[in-house]
Amino acid sequence: MGQTKDSGSEERPKWDNKAQYLLTCIGFAVGLGNVWRFPYLCQIYGGGAFLIPYLIALVFEGLPLLYLELAIGQRLRMGSIGVWNSITPLLGGLGIASSIVSFLISIFYNTILAWVLWYFFHSFQNPLPWSQCPLNDNLTGYNVECEKSTPVNYFWYRETLNITPDIETSGSLQWWMVICLASSWCVVYICFIKGIESMGKAVYVTATFPYLVLTIFLIRAIFLPGATDGLVYLFTPDWETLKNPQVWLDAATQIFFSLSVAFGGLIAFSSYNAERNNCERDALLVGIINSATSLYASISIFCILGFKATTGYNACLKENIMFLTNYFSDQNITVENYKQWFDHLNETFPDKVFSLNLRECDLQTFLDQSASGTGLAFIVFTEAVIEMPASQVWAILFFVMLFSLGLSSMFGNIEGVLTLINDLKFVPRWIPNELVTAILCLISFLVALIFTLGSGNYWVEVFNSYVGSVPLLIIAFFEIIAVIYIRGMKTFSEDIYFMTGRRPNIFWKACWMVISPVMLLVVLVAYVIIQAQTHPTYHTWNPDYERNPQTQVKPYPDWVFAIILLLCVVPVISIPLVAFYKLICRVRNPSATAVFRLTHRNRSSKDMESYNATMTLT
Amino acid sequence: MLEKIILLLCCSCAVAQHLCTPDASDGYKVRLSIKTALEGQAYEWNENEMFLFRATLAFAMRNHIREQKFEVSNIIVCNETPRVSFWFVVTSPESTSVLIGKEDVEEAVRKSRNRINSAFLLTDKTLEFIGILPTLAAPVDPDTPPWLIVFGVVMGIVGAGIILLLVSSVVQKKRKNEMTDDEENCEETRVKTVENGSVGEGVYNMSFSDDERFTQM
Repeated sequence: MGQTKDSGSEERPKWDNKAQYLLTCIGFAVGLGNVWRFPYLCQIYGGGAFLIPYLIALVFEGLPLLYLELAIGQRLRMGSIGVWNSITPLLGGLGIASSIVSFLISIFYNTILAWVLWYFFHSFQNPLPWSQCPLNDNLTGYNVECEKSTPVNYFWYRETLNITPDIETSGSLQWWMVICLASSWCVVYICFIKGIESMGKAVYVTATFPYLVLTIFLIRAIFLPGATDGLVYLFTPDWETLKNPQVWLDAATQIFFSLSVAFGGLIAFSSYNAERNNCERDALLVGIINSATSLYASISIFCILGFKATTGYNACLKENIMFLTNYFSDQNITVENYKQWFDHLNETFPDKVFSLNLRECDLQTFLDQSASGTGLAFIVFTEAVIEMPASQVWAILFFVMLFSLGLSSMFGNIEGVLTLINDLKFVPRWIPNELVTAILCLISFLVALIFTLGSGNYWVEVFNSYVGSVPLLIIAFFEIIAVIYIRGMKTFSEDIYFMTGRRPNIFWKACWMVISPVMLLVVLVAYVIIQAQTHPTYHTWNPDYERNPQTQVKPYPDWVFAIILLLCVVPVISIPLVAFYKLICRVRNPSATAVFRLTHRNRSSKDMESYNATMTLT
Repeated sequence: MLEKIILLLCCSCAVAQHLCTPDASDGYKVRLSIKTALEGQAYEWNENEMFLFRATLAFAMRNHIREQKFEVSNIIVCNETPRVSFWFVVTSPESTSVLIGKEDVEEAVRKSRNRINSAFLLTDKTLEFIGILPTLAAPVDPDTPPWLIVFGVVMGIVGAGIILLLVSSVVQKKRKNEMTDDEENCEETRVKTVENGSVGEGVYNMSFSDDERFTQM
């Protein structure tokens, strides 16, 4: 007779403990965007006032979607493909769409991690390589391109990226970027080598280390001069911005992309859970911790940005003082009494002062220099780090933090792709999982070589802006429809009752049935309309541009525009394609589909029988 | 006699002073920013400091033109301002009315710039010779860029880890295969005795296998 095992549950991996699961979900949700997108949005949308649309979006859109994904994954105990297939085979394409989006995002996301690694490798030098310009070829002066802009800009655009003037010029493969990319894919592979066993252990470090570094930075940054200016600037609410619909749109999209829903990774992670796990509490925990991390990170970041603004302001003043002292032969002008001296000299010798062409030094202008994304990390922050004593330590800490943040998000992306391969059984059973993961990493690395070309940064921007936006919104919308309207609110309530012992309350029901789908639809439509109104443009670094170091704005050429459309359409095209395919199959072969429906109904009712049986026994 | 000597000295001084004028063709303007450089520990600029400057310049000139012995008196300073800036010219030791050319002075200063700077605890930026560009320090160019070293270390650790994990999982699988082979052999014997007792599909009945173990013991 032997042992009768349900072959599905034997092979399905499990978390070692609850902490691993929570840390993985939190690590997936907390990513680079929490550090370099949220503080930027806070800054440009009037500081404290931005928190209002952000929190509203979190409560009415983010948390319901998160709860939905975790619950459905835990209940149906399958990856994203299997889950949608079992709800209705017509929407099986949802899982494929999630996986394609996960794949596309993982390839450019890891390129950003490769850039972080490059900076990390360079942080072990004294002085830091981005603190001074290199000399030109005959050693008579500094490199011209570096002189026109700043050493930090030069290091980022020339020595790291070796960027071409526009996206059409591809340049060649930068060998140093290729080896950094190879190392970041190797690190991802080693963490994923044994599936969630190894990943679950890696996540103890990658999910907790950023918090440690943020705390260290906060403690250091609070004592830097100018930190309070930065904080005041960040949090001073400007209530006028709430009237701008763009703010609400950005808050909704930020919370949506920040929580990493619709990638399929969260469904896969929760499917490895025990059946009777309280997923409502998990969802609330992950969502709230994600937003709290964003706030916490923005405090540290803005202390440091305030410090940078103050240092820049002081340097500007000192420069002006030097000019004035040289011209008027006085040595008594200091930073403190600069204002009085300047006014006095301006009154007595206005034309002479004018002829000196002094730069206008205003602290507000320095604070206004905002940056997000790679600009914040690799230009603004590296410049701030140079001014701090013991710069190497802070640089190393910062880049390791960025790397762990990105790595833990990569886990979710890779999981989303691996479930596609496992659920659809693309590979025969005898190929070990390690080999499958290795092949996936190798293929991703080869595809990601595009981003190591001279124009690589422009392509990363293309992917960042278009892959991770519209397709995810569409997938999330269909997810809610599938679970709430096709599976049915009643069945889903029973599912949650089965798992947590409580039916979802009126708040969740109202959100799932009405508020969240409507919000998603509005955000999607508004997003598409705003994108479609203007021909998309991008910022380029052109050394021959007159206003260098400002970036030159160019429109995307037509073939790039076609690629952008492809990137938006290809992931979601699988949803209607699979639906048509299944409809055609059903029309051709009605008996097979009837059997399919019967087994599925049986499966769910059998679960309910066993649950009722246990309930009566206890 | 004494009067004649005094007159001669005055004349020579006057002549020398006459040689040093702002914007002189062979002169250079010097600008010191002591307060900027040293802030709290700034020293005051007085006659002794000026003497040190002239002596240092004489040293620089001697280093450059080795045949001639420059003295402090060969360095003539004028137009001193409280901001601490002044002009200087260098006269030849052989004849005090002849000025050393601009290029020679520039070369001399360039060669000994470091010594001049450190005599005053200043840098190229805070002790400026207007018109003489600071020599740029040659960049330290190690054979292996340091970043490659760090890269090598990190990749070494990661590569070793991957190989270790792969080897350990292969070894584990082999061990599991051997163990399951043994178990299957045991199970087959057990199963043959149990077959009569089990009913339909369902949970493997552990009681009989437990009995087996007990009786074996």
